[in-house]
Amino acid sequence: MSKALLYDSTICIGCKQCEVACAQQNKLPYDDRIAAESVQSEHKYTVVMTKNDKFMRRLCMHCEHPACASVCPVGAFHKTKEGPVVYDVWKCIGCRYCMVSCAFSQPKYEWQSLNPRVRKCIMCPDRIAAGKQTACAEICPTGATKFGDRDDLIKEAQERIRQNPSTYLNRIYGLNEVGGTCVLILSGGKAEDFGYPASQKIGDTPLPEYTGRVMERVPDFIPVWSLVLGGIYWISHRRDEVAAAEAEEKKNGSAR
Amino acid sequence: MKIKLTFWKVVFLVIMALGLYSTFIRYFRGLGAVSNMTDQFPWGFWIGFDCLCGVMLAAGGFCMVGAVYLFNVKSLHSVVRPAVLTAFLGYLLFIVGLLFDLGRPWFIWHQLIYMNFHSVMFEVGMCVMTYTAVLFFEFLPNVFERFNLKAPIRWIHKIYPVLIVAGILLSTLHQSSLGSLYLIMPSKLHPFWYSPALPFFFFASAIAVGLAMTIFESTQSAKALGRHLELSVLVQLGGALLVALWVNALLRFEDFFHRDMLRQIVRPSYEAYFLWLELTLSFVIPITLLSFKKIRLSPNGLYLASVISLLGFITNRLNVSLIGFETYVGHHYLPKWTEFSVTLMIVAMGFALFGVAVKYLPIFPKEGFQAQSQSYEEVLPASAIPELQHVGN
Repeated sequence: MSKALLYDSTICIGCKQCEVACAQQNKLPYDDRIAAESVQSEHKYTVVMTKNDKFMRRLCMHCEHPACASVCPVGAFHKTKEGPVVYDVWKCIGCRYCMVSCAFSQPKYEWQSLNPRVRKCIMCPDRIAAGKQTACAEICPTGATKFGDRDDLIKEAQERIRQNPSTYLNRIYGLNEVGGTCVLILSGGKAEDFGYPASQKIGDTPLPEYTGRVMERVPDFIPVWSLVLGGIYWISHRRDEVAAAEAEEKKNGSAR
Repeated sequence: MKIKLTFWKVVFLVIMALGLYSTFIRYFRGLGAVSNMTDQFPWGFWIGFDCLCGVMLAAGGFCMVGAVYLFNVKSLHSVVRPAVLTAFLGYLLFIVGLLFDLGRPWFIWHQLIYMNFHSVMFEVGMCVMTYTAVLFFEFLPNVFERFNLKAPIRWIHKIYPVLIVAGILLSTLHQSSLGSLYLIMPSKLHPFWYSPALPFFFFASAIAVGLAMTIFESTQSAKALGRHLELSVLVQLGGALLVALWVNALLRFEDFFHRDMLRQIVRPSYEAYFLWLELTLSFVIPITLLSFKKIRLSPNGLYLASVISLLGFITNRLNVSLIGFETYVGHHYLPKWTEFSVTLMIVAMGFALFGVAVKYLPIFPKEGFQAQSQSYEEVLPASAIPELQHVGN
């Protein structure tokens, strides 16, 4: 059963307690200056943005089919069975393909470091394994960020929309985007106004499928192409052998 | 022995000095200090030029090996060795470039133990590694001949069919896979360049570039070494290049047509200007030039057509890797001077090593050895000029 987070921007009061809790949990620096930053970075995994008295939170979406995990040449990312997409820093070689491939541009990099790491929300995997909520959900004073089973949260989100259709935009962002994510978003306005990629642009197809279509051919391609190339080699050189043999024969024939 | 300072030698030394300074910044101040890469632009000029263009420009090796040894086109025999040398150096320098770009290059060997078979980059990495080994064996006979070692040459000749098939197989895989790298970013890469057919484009253009690069490097080294140029070989390559360019152009047209892009690509826009530049340089001008028999039969005409098409395909790779992301990111990316200087240093090293190899090893057929007395410093400048122009573009 996959765990997930439901963020309801209509309940959010923009107190940034989730930012504080996240920083504490992940041992990141946090002060007034960082609190004022409205973009995510290597020292800020989650951010609460404000626009016209409306709030919106951003964090790693923990895709059901994560692109980062599929592209990493050394498998430094993987999705745990509980839902979080986690990062094994000791494997990482620093190619940054995860950053380029992520539709939500969530992985950030320690550009100033001499031994840089990729940084992103990892959904408190240790807390979840211990049966606890994520730090951000636990601290949220209004329940705007709610932790639970993904299926239950989807039902609850649909119920909220049904009860207050005038408050909510009739969609759950993350339900189907790139094959579904473990962060679900309810909002009155468009999540796209806060920098989320448009649903129709990223589509519902899991991103790894785009490369999977090519990669799954490789195991068959190798023996077939080797045989074709070997065949070409054999034919083109066989012609020489035959020509040489014929020349030999002719010489013998004329000598006779 | 007295070392004479020539103008081009000074240029070479300046490039190396600036490059070493940038190398220091890279390893002691970090990627953020040496480059203009950001969280929004995690892949910059080093991926776009050093990796994508570098591997593409080294395609001459597998093209010529394929033509001469696989298809048994004996008339091209004289260009195989320089093409294999260029490819071998190209891949070695590609790996050097990777050591700059990777955030944790000291863990590059993790590729061998933490394998992720779903990753295109894993496939590219493994292919590049094994292909560099194959190129090393294809290059070895030069060294054995130099020292007159007969037995090892016989061993290499025994495994040659395997080397040839493996080399072409690996090249097919990773040249196309460099395009597959971008398949996972349909929402980020601009639709002018994002296409499900990217792997086919990358492979097809690698063949065209392999031919153009062979014309370029043969002409260039003939000039530098004062060798006589075999026109018949160049003309043959030029004809093949014309066919390859047509195939590439038709593939691109088909793709635009099937994705309903034709209307959008003729409408002026930031991306359209770069697309026009790319298509003009890689197809319109060289195809027009090569269509005239007079140009197709003249060394200068062939040289000009191949250099222009090379610039066009370099523009294509940079469009795919850099320009195509600017609209998504919302701002422009311009490499820092230190990024250019590292690339320049790597390219200059390539030319110097080529010069040294040509001087000491039997790369060119016997006839070329009358020019052996020339120093490689004189080889370097003449051939360095066009490459500097590439980087500038």
